[in-house]
Amino acid sequence: MTHRRTMLAGMLGVVFALVFIAGPVAAQNDQFFPLLVYRTGPYAPNGIPSANGFRDYYDMVNKRDGGVNGVKISWEECETSYDTKRGVECYEKLKARATVVHPFSTGITYQLIPKAAVDQVPLWSSGYGRTATADGTVFPWAFNAPTTYWAQASAVINYIAQQEGGMDKLKGKKIAHVYHNSPYGKEANPTLEVLAQKFGYELTLLAVDHPGQEQKATWLQIRRLRPDYIYMSSWGVMGQVAVKEAAAISFPMDHFIGNWWSASEAEVVPAGSAANGYKGATFNGAGPNWPVHQDILKHVYNGDQAKAKENNWGEVLYNRTLVGAMANLEAVRVAQKRYGNRVITGAEMRWGMDNLDITAARIKELGFDGMMRPLRITCADHEGSGPVLIQQWDGAKWNPVSDWIPVMRDVVRPMIEQSAMEYAKENNITPRKCE
Amino acid sequence: MELLIQVFVAPFLDMAGSPVFLLEVIINGLLTGVMYSLVALGFVLIFKASGVFNFAQGAMVLFAALTLVGLIERGVPGWLAIVISLGVMVALAYAVERWMLRPLVNQAPIILFMATIGLNFVLEGSGQIAWGSNVKELDIGIPDASFDVGGILLNEFDIYAALVAAILVAGLAVFFQKTAVGRALRAVADNHQAALAVGIPLKTIWIIVWSVAGAVALVAGIMWGAKSGVQFSLALIALKALPVLILGGFTSVPGAIIGGLIIGVGEKIAEVYWGPVIGGAIENWFAYMLALVFLMFRPQGLFGEVIIERV
Repeated sequence: MTHRRTMLAGMLGVVFALVFIAGPVAAQNDQFFPLLVYRTGPYAPNGIPSANGFRDYYDMVNKRDGGVNGVKISWEECETSYDTKRGVECYEKLKARATVVHPFSTGITYQLIPKAAVDQVPLWSSGYGRTATADGTVFPWAFNAPTTYWAQASAVINYIAQQEGGMDKLKGKKIAHVYHNSPYGKEANPTLEVLAQKFGYELTLLAVDHPGQEQKATWLQIRRLRPDYIYMSSWGVMGQVAVKEAAAISFPMDHFIGNWWSASEAEVVPAGSAANGYKGATFNGAGPNWPVHQDILKHVYNGDQAKAKENNWGEVLYNRTLVGAMANLEAVRVAQKRYGNRVITGAEMRWGMDNLDITAARIKELGFDGMMRPLRITCADHEGSGPVLIQQWDGAKWNPVSDWIPVMRDVVRPMIEQSAMEYAKENNITPRKCE
Repeated sequence: MELLIQVFVAPFLDMAGSPVFLLEVIINGLLTGVMYSLVALGFVLIFKASGVFNFAQGAMVLFAALTLVGLIERGVPGWLAIVISLGVMVALAYAVERWMLRPLVNQAPIILFMATIGLNFVLEGSGQIAWGSNVKELDIGIPDASFDVGGILLNEFDIYAALVAAILVAGLAVFFQKTAVGRALRAVADNHQAALAVGIPLKTIWIIVWSVAGAVALVAGIMWGAKSGVQFSLALIALKALPVLILGGFTSVPGAIIGGLIIGVGEKIAEVYWGPVIGGAIENWFAYMLALVFLMFRPQGLFGEVIIERV
C-alpha cells in the first residue's frame, strides 16, 4: 500500500512538472519560439538571466500588444544544462514548429549548423557560435548579429589602443588572452594573432580548463609575465575565480577586460570588492533604467520591483536576451509584411532575418533607445558588424566607460569570408548569390 | 630537435634561472593541494568505514554549501547556519543509511557504488530545487589579501585553508585512533560480519561515518565556496579529488593529505613550465597521468592498505 502511494505521488509529481514547468503550451495559431535554456548545472548562473530575458519580453509583448500583429507568441523551455548532446536533443524535440532557434552555446551551435539548413530552421547565435556564419552566402540559415567574437576582439584591441594614445602605441605592449579551453574560448585567438602581427604587440595565450574553479597556475604565469592588459574569454565559475585571482596578484583591474560573456553580474558579484574596476565588452546597455524595462515591470510583474529583480531584471545577460527577443519579433514583423499577418514559418523567418533593419527611430519606439545600436542584416552579411561598448563594474553596477567602439571590419571580414569558403569547400556547399 | 629541447631542457633551465619563482609555484601548489585534500578526505572516510566509493561526495559538498548559504541569505546568523547545516548533513546520513545502505547490505561493492551515483543526482537536483542555481557569495570573514615574503606572493585565504585542513586532519586522526567509535569504525572497515559478531552496531556506525563525511563536505564547501562563490560547479571539485585518492590511497587519511600536496605541486609545475610547450590547460589531465604512473608501481596508492585475497 505504501509502495503504491509512493508511486502515485511520483506520477503526480511528473504530471505537475509537465504541466507547470514547461511554460505556455504552443497552439497551432501561435508564433512558437523554442528556448534552449540552462537553469541547472555549472553554467546556470549565466543561463538563468538569459532565459528570463527571453521569457519576460515575449510575455510582455503578449500582455501589452496581444502578440505581433495579432499573432500570439508562445514558447517552450528545454533544459540543456549547457551540454551539447542535450542541446541537440532539445532542438530535435522542438524544431517542428520553431520560428528561430537560439542555441545559447557555441558547442550546440556548431552541431546545429548543418541540421538547421536541412530542417529549414534559422539559427541565431547572437554574439557567439561560429564566427564564419557571418557570411550569409555560405551559411544561409545561421546568423550571429549584431557582432562576433572576432569583431569583438578587434574592438577591444581598438579600445586598448585608445587608452594607450593610438594604434602605434600598441607596439611592444604585452597582452594576454586568458580563455576557457573550449571552442568558445578559442574563437578570438586567430583574430588576436593577426592583430598582434599587424600592430606589433606581444600576445600570450593562456588556456583554463573547464570549469575553471582552480586556475592558480594561470595566474602564476600572469604574475611572471606582467602583461599590460589581460583580455578574458570566460564562462561560468571561471570568470569569478579569475577576477579574484587577478585582484590577489594586484593586477590593475582597469587593465583587465572580459569579453561580453565574461562581464555580467555572475562574474563580479561573487567576487565581492575584488571585482571593483573590472571592465568588460558588451553590445547592450546594462541596468533597468530603459523604457522597455518599465513596460516589463508593469505588464509582467505588476509593478513589483523586488520580484522583477529576483528574476534578473536589468542585469547584463537579461538585457542581452531582451534585445535578442525584440530582434526576433522585428524579424517576424518584416516577414509578416511580405507574407501576411499570420504565423510565419522558419523559411519565411529566414527571409525576415535576411532583411532585418532595426533603425535608431525604431529602437526608440520599442523602448531600447541607448541600450543598443541600429542593426542591419543582409543576405550576405549575417553579422552587421555592430560596434562594442566597454563597461566597468563599480561594486554595485556596470557603467559605460567608452563610446561605441567600431570593429576592424577591414581585418575581420576577409578572415570571415576565407573561413566560410573553407567550410563551403569541406562540405561541398555552393555559396548562394546575394543581390 | 627543437621540441625535445623545449620539453627536456628549457623548463629545467627556466627553473634554475629563477629559483624564487619556482619556490612560489611550489608553495602555491602545496596550498592548492591542501584544498584538494579537503574534498578527498570525505571519500576516504566513507571508503575506509564501509568499502563504498561514494560517487556523491562532490554533490554532498555542493548540498552542504548550498544549505549553509541559503540559510544565511534568509537571515540566519552564520554560526547557527553552520549548526543547522551540520544537522542537515546528519539527517542526510540517517536517510542514506535507512533508505540506501540498509536495503543493500551484503550486496557487491559495485551495487553500492551505483547507488551512490543515484544519490549524486538526487543531491544535485534537490539542492538546486531547494536553494536555486544562481551563484551565491559566501563571505566567512577570512581575509583574502596577498602579501610578499622575499619575492614570493602568498594569499592569506590559502594559508587559513591550509590551517583548517590541518586541524581537520588532526581531529580525524584522534577520532579514528583514540576513540571507541573510531576503533569501531576501523573494525567495521576491516570486516563487517566480524564487527557485528563482537557487538558493533553496523547501522549506527554507518550513520556516524556518513555524518562525519557530511561535516567534512561542509568544511570543503565553505572553503571552496568562499573562494569561488557557492554554485553547481562545487560538485565538480570531486574530479580534482580523484587523482589525489588514487595517489594517496583510498583508505588513508594522511594519504589524502600527502596525495593532495603531490598533485597540487605536480600540476602547477607541469602547467607553468610545460604547459606553454604543448598548448596549455594540461593541469587537469596531468594530475590523472601522475596518479596513473603511481598506480603502476603502487596499485594501493602511497598509503593504502595492500589487499591480499585468497583465490
